[in-house]
This record gives sequence, structure tokens and C-alpha cells, in this order.
Amino acid sequence: MSNSVLWYATRGAGAVTLILLTAVVVLGILTALRVEGRGWPRFLVTGLHRNLALMTLVFLALHIVTAVVDPYTNLGWASALIPFSSYYRTFWLGLGVISFELLLAIVVTSLLRGYLGHNTWRVIHWLTYAAWPIGVIHGLGTGTDAWSAWMLAITGGCIAAVVIALLWRLAAGSRDPLSSERSTFRAAVDRREAR
Amino acid sequence: MSDERHLVVDRIKCDGRGLCAEILPELIRLDDWGYPILKPGPIPEHLRPLAERAIDDCPVLAIAMRRAEKRS
Ligand code: SF4
Repeated sequence: MSNSVLWYATRGAGAVTLILLTAVVVLGILTALRVEGRGWPRFLVTGLHRNLALMTLVFLALHIVTAVVDPYTNLGWASALIPFSSYYRTFWLGLGVISFELLLAIVVTSLLRGYLGHNTWRVIHWLTYAAWPIGVIHGLGTGTDAWSAWMLAITGGCIAAVVIALLWRLAAGSRDPLSSERSTFRAAVDRREAR
Repeated sequence: MSDERHLVVDRIKCDGRGLCAEILPELIRLDDWGYPILKPGPIPEHLRPLAERAIDDCPVLAIAMRRAEKRS
């Protein structure tokens, strides 16, 4: 009985982690796009991005701990920390471990951003674009519920959300992010010279 | 007070996104091009947490808090 409770917890926490992580990624992309509007200031987006990222780690920890302590799987702590060391579904679990460790690196470096400097932090933060898809593949590959209709809907929705946000960003990305500022500046200079 | 702090902006790093002014309009306003103008003087105690938030949220780490230099 308690075993299956743990197993349900693992699966539930895994699904929640996927949803939260997707929200974090989408919000991160929105930060870069500088989306804002009335009643939707940008610090709301950055604040949500950060807090949801921390929450993601909590659920991810729950997902991993319940999987490890579950006597049925008998995974052991090593397989939770060393990629591809688990006897059980070696490849798919290994992907999960890698995704987890990338996320950990991203969060830790973000918390230490002030000490690392902006450029180092930024380079490491690009790992997000590896951690998220690896996590999704891990879920599709080994998720007990992966091919049930509701889990497919969740996974599909998550993939769609990130793809849309990414396309939006790519469409907007080629523009100079400061173009409007620059043109107002240039206009102001011209006005001065005309005087 | 020995613990007085001021805000400083690294004008070279700052790329004028104005996030800091959204969080801390009490001390930071923006010029016409979106670059911050700081209110001179120490940060009032009650605004300290917001100042820290503004510093954390600056996308390029261009804003910081400095201990006030002693002036004689
Ligand atoms: S948040 Fe940073 S980059 Fe943006 S205006 Fe303030 S100091 Fe400059």
C-alpha cells in the first residue's frame, strides 16, 4: 500500500515538475522578449520566473526522493546522481539525472549571479535549452503514464507552449532590442542639430 | 549612521531596460531613453528590500548598492 503511494507520488511530482519547468522556460523567454502591459509589469515576469524555478526544484526533489526510497524500484541513491548508472531503464533514467543536474547548475549559478558576473551566468543559463527537452524525453521514455491520454495532453501542451514562445522569440530576436531607444535618441540629436 | 547605502549604476553595462525603475520608482526614474536616474542620497531603511530586489532583477547586473563613503 505505502509502496504504491510512493509510486503515485513519483509520477505526480514528475508531471508537476514538467508543467512548472515549462512555465519557467516560457516565462524566461518572455523576459527576453520584454513583454509588458498595463497591470503586467515586467518585474512580475522575472519574479514569477525565479519563484517558479525554485518551486520546480522542490517538486523535482520530491520526484527523485520518492522514486529512490520506493522499495519496489530499489534504485539506490547512486543512480539518482550518476547518469546512466541505474540498472533499471538505464538510458531513460540517465536522461532524467542529466536534466536534473543541469537544472541544479542553472539554479545555483542564478543564485550566485552577483558573484559570477553577467556573462558567465548567461552562458550557463543557455543550458536551459538542453535541460528542458532532455527532461521531456525522459518523461516520454520512462513515464508510467507517458502514453495515457491525460499525460500526453500535458506533455503536448508543454511542448506547444515552449515552441510557440521560442518561435515568437526568434521572430522578434533579429530586431535590435534597443532599436526604438536608438531611434528616439537619433531623432533627439537631429532635432538639436536642426536648431 | 555607518550602515547607510547608496545606489550606483554602471552606465556602461546598463542597457536601459528600466526594470529597476519599475520596482523602485521611489528612488529611480527613467530618462527619455529609458536609462535610470537615481535620486541622490542614502537608501531609506524601508526601501532597502525593494532596492535589493531591483539589484537582483537587473538583467545585466548594472545596478548595485554601495556603502556610503565617509565625507568629512
Ligand atoms: S534594470 Fe539594469 S539595465 Fe535596466 S535600467 Fe536598471 S540598471 Fe539599467
